[in-house]
Amino acid sequence: MKKLINSPDSVIADALRGVAAAHPSLAVDLENRVVSRAAGATPGKVGLVSGGGSGHEPLHGGYVGYGMLDAAAPGEVYTSPVPDQILAATRAADSGAGVLHIVKNYTGDVLNFRMAAELAEDEDTRVVSVVTNDDAAVEDSTYTAGRRGVGGTVFVEKIAGAAAEEGADLDTVARIATHVNEVTRSFAIALHAGTVPAAGKPGFDLAEDEVELGVGIHGEPGRERGAMAPVRELVGYSLDVIHADRPISGDVLVMLNGQGGTPLIELYGAFAEAAAWIEGHGGRVARSLVGNYITSLDQEGFSITVMSLDDELLRLWDAPVSTPALRWGR
Amino acid sequence: MAFDTETATAWITAAEAAVKTDEARLTGLDAAIGDGDHGANMVRGLAAGLTNIAERGPTTPGDVLVAAGRGIVAKTGGAAGPLYGSAFRRAGKALGDASSVEAAELGAALEAALTAIKELGGADEGDKTMIDALAPAVAAFQAVAADGGPIAAAAAAAADAAEQGLAATVPLQARKGRASYLGARSIGHEDPGAASTALILRALAEVTA
Repeated sequence: MKKLINSPDSVIADALRGVAAAHPSLAVDLENRVVSRAAGATPGKVGLVSGGGSGHEPLHGGYVGYGMLDAAAPGEVYTSPVPDQILAATRAADSGAGVLHIVKNYTGDVLNFRMAAELAEDEDTRVVSVVTNDDAAVEDSTYTAGRRGVGGTVFVEKIAGAAAEEGADLDTVARIATHVNEVTRSFAIALHAGTVPAAGKPGFDLAEDEVELGVGIHGEPGRERGAMAPVRELVGYSLDVIHADRPISGDVLVMLNGQGGTPLIELYGAFAEAAAWIEGHGGRVARSLVGNYITSLDQEGFSITVMSLDDELLRLWDAPVSTPALRWGR
Repeated sequence: MAFDTETATAWITAAEAAVKTDEARLTGLDAAIGDGDHGANMVRGLAAGLTNIAERGPTTPGDVLVAAGRGIVAKTGGAAGPLYGSAFRRAGKALGDASSVEAAELGAALEAALTAIKELGGADEGDKTMIDALAPAVAAFQAVAADGGPIAAAAAAAADAAEQGLAATVPLQARKGRASYLGARSIGHEDPGAASTALILRALAEVTA
């Protein structure tokens, strides 16, 4: 397996050096592994911190900047960051107005962020955590680890970030973030697993005529294996699952996301099918994103994320944003 | 023999060597039903535990385990970091300031570790997690200790019980952790967390034999 790296051990350090060199708007703490705004925390503004395993770029470091995150903590590949690292990111984001932790629902992320929040509270920084769990592929139950946080996390970071930039207080920003998560659902299909640099081989093997249905973002197998089919059918299957879980109607924001190894031409083909399916079911695509926004290294496949829009969410989505990966209106 | 500072340090050293030897096996188990990083994470975590022990120079077995736990939490990440880190810390605190403890105290410390993992992870026996190896191991250790058996016999019984518990995870469907997302497809595989727990308890049996 060929990889554009120096060595599996230096992948994250090398990438962070690249982020620092490419984006003067960001401060990169190579020792603690924290990406934050070069200008520091904005006085009076609620700070937004997210983080998780690496390999999902541009999530989360690519979303640090005006209108989204204040700091991000990237862990090892597919492994949550450690508490001290999240604490360092929390300090970088804190201007005294409190800090919102945006955490994807994986046991490791939840535990490490919880420990970091306790450490921050010891330093008299108020922290509220919002856990995203928008993956419609996983059955929710009090007896399981619950649903995974996936593509909806990008929407939470954007919309909560806009609210914080407008001056909303911590409880309000947390309420909006929770609301975004509640009205958002995602589903993903993989055609070929990604390869963790240290492992050197794909996370699972698929035959030419097979796909994994309902995968997460860590190269883990999905809820079942299915037959390869034209993109119209794969997109239709995905939207059927989302629609059955939370009906798609009215104005929606749709993200057609690539998992890292699928060309944009195919993602646009998939988006055409998604838009047609939604219009055919009485919904209206009011806003959209097509591209690689939450990836799984070089995995081939796509995810669809659908959010119901109301006036407040639409206004906050359209609000100016200036980060390496999302930028408009400013 | 009693469990003292030297034995405690030898345990963590042997555990680190064991996960290093079996890193590829742990990663393979995790790749089947998780995300394939458990081997690398356990090696990094236990190595960090050893480094922290060397830096702090603990003088009681309790302090050794606390130092190991702090090192593990600081460097491991994932779910394994907080879970194993808290387990070792809680076990170390249960040993208190004693310079040397007998089987009953060590059994109580292992039970404290089990309680820590249950509280933090919210999992219980049968969920296909490390608890399925640790819970029977703690029970086996305490049964031998209650009969007045020595630490060596208790630790050997615990290691055997952990390995049996690991084998018993194969037919289980995961209800906690990343394997739970696979639903019924998680059946038919050993749980990687139970596998690393069995290695750590076998290491305890070896250094106390």
